[in-house]
Amino acid sequence: MHEQQQRQGYLSRGLSRRKWLIVGLIFIGLHFLPWTLAPQYVHILIMIFLFTIMGQGWNILGGYAGQFSFGHALFFGLGAYTSTLMFIHWGLSPWIGMFFSCFIGIMMGLFIGYLSFRYGLTGPFFALIMLAFAEIFHMISISWKAVGAALGLLIPLKGTSFVFMQFIDKKPFYFITLWMMVGSLYLIWRIEKTRMGLYFLAVREDSDAAGALGVNAFRYKMIAMMISAGLTSIGGTIYAQYLLYIDPDITFGVLNSVEIMIRPIIGGPGTVLGPLLGSLVLTPLAEFTRLVFQSYSGVYLMIYGMILVAVIIFLPDGLIGFAKGIINKAQRKVP
Amino acid sequence: MESNSFLQVINISKSFRGLNAVSNVSLKLNSGDILGLIGPNGAGKTTLFNLITGFLRPDSGTIEFLGRNLVGFEPHQNCKVGITRTFQIVKPFSHLSTLENIAVGCYNRTNDVREVEEKAWEILRFVGLEKKALYPASSLTTPDRKRLELARALGTAPKLLLLDEVMAGLNPTEESQIIDLVHKIRESGIAIFIIEHHMRVIMGLSDRIIVLHHGVCIADGEPRTVCEDRNVIEAYLGKGAYFAKN
Repeated sequence: MHEQQQRQGYLSRGLSRRKWLIVGLIFIGLHFLPWTLAPQYVHILIMIFLFTIMGQGWNILGGYAGQFSFGHALFFGLGAYTSTLMFIHWGLSPWIGMFFSCFIGIMMGLFIGYLSFRYGLTGPFFALIMLAFAEIFHMISISWKAVGAALGLLIPLKGTSFVFMQFIDKKPFYFITLWMMVGSLYLIWRIEKTRMGLYFLAVREDSDAAGALGVNAFRYKMIAMMISAGLTSIGGTIYAQYLLYIDPDITFGVLNSVEIMIRPIIGGPGTVLGPLLGSLVLTPLAEFTRLVFQSYSGVYLMIYGMILVAVIIFLPDGLIGFAKGIINKAQRKVP
Repeated sequence: MESNSFLQVINISKSFRGLNAVSNVSLKLNSGDILGLIGPNGAGKTTLFNLITGFLRPDSGTIEFLGRNLVGFEPHQNCKVGITRTFQIVKPFSHLSTLENIAVGCYNRTNDVREVEEKAWEILRFVGLEKKALYPASSLTTPDRKRLELARALGTAPKLLLLDEVMAGLNPTEESQIIDLVHKIRESGIAIFIIEHHMRVIMGLSDRIIVLHHGVCIADGEPRTVCEDRNVIEAYLGKGAYFAKN
């Protein structure tokens, strides 16, 4: 009897009722948070959510499917520039622009994916290809006058307007990013339980063995690339609308690629909550060190570096692996 | 479209920069049979497996399976058709649990999570790994990893299973357990093509044996005939050995 129970639902296991309740309560509770916090803290929360969305984008490709990208700023930048240019030139609402951003990001992702995966580029080579493409667009955006060149683009102010995704107050952005983040978490969580999710992991672990077991590694890498590029591009659009200013460095720059990928890596790549956890730790840290060491703007990067080294040495499964270890020990559960 | 041949390989060749790894090998495997493949190190055994399963593309020759030409098929396509393999150096998905490892194979035939899980547990019991189901594959011992290789391959519901030295590195007890498994697999109607160095094992298992030497097929027949073949003895022990024996 007990054995029968044990054999059910390990692959499709959802959350228990109690856990759903906790998650639901946290989600509802988060809706009241912006009224109790000062705007600068709301800003930090928005950045946490935003980088979780993009971290999740990186995570599906780098964490689940094991294709380590060192140039996700490419998708971020494409997303930011696409919606912004459409808004400036055609007055198109960023809400619609977001879909175009997503589309262009996915197209670029498929193009790079086809180039690299068709010829079996993986590991460091794929990472470098991504970096190279991000740099190509970095250079283009620096030197092309029509897209603002090195000065970047200022998004014309329309005042508080839902249609143009512009708000003087920070709260609406808080809700937009919160919901999108929850949406991205839910998406990845759902994918993890399906054949696709398991196939991603199989490709990451050993693509030859996966092939012998009927997994079309190329196809699943491409799918991971699509989801990844799409999510990151959407993040780019929202970021542009939030800051109302983009330039080549903050969008296509290498540092931005690092920002996007470091959160899932530190939080725990290949897990649903990893990017969120990494973002919860790193984003406030980055913001605070920027405040404290104003004139030494690179200090937060040094701290990133130190944390990264420490995590790789001491917590190879990321913060989430560490947290799980503690919980398992507390419950004396078999792993 | 029923064809009289199950697996038929005709004049298949593969060379790596002038080195003929496999040259003009032909073989036939009947449905439900166990075909053994032996040969000294570097004879081209694994290359032949790679050719049949689509990991390598032959330079020439054809591979027919159930009346279909498989040349140019990718490994995953071969798997869908019903051919899968295990690897000489086991390749478990280390970070996934044993159950998930097998589930990857089971998803080959269905998309339904419940069905997959049921099948995976069935296979876990079949190979005797059900107690390790929830442990990560990286925690398994060598013999268990070999079982896992078999189990994953079985999950894909193959018609033909290619086993590349599943017994290498095992002690006699563990070996005989795997042999039992192979027999059980065969009884379930799956044809097996097996590479094995261990003569006692392969002589007992196979219905027919093929011997490769320098990429050339030097003998093909019943185990007993093959091991008395002059070419085979010379390939293994050197020229003169045949006369020394007789």
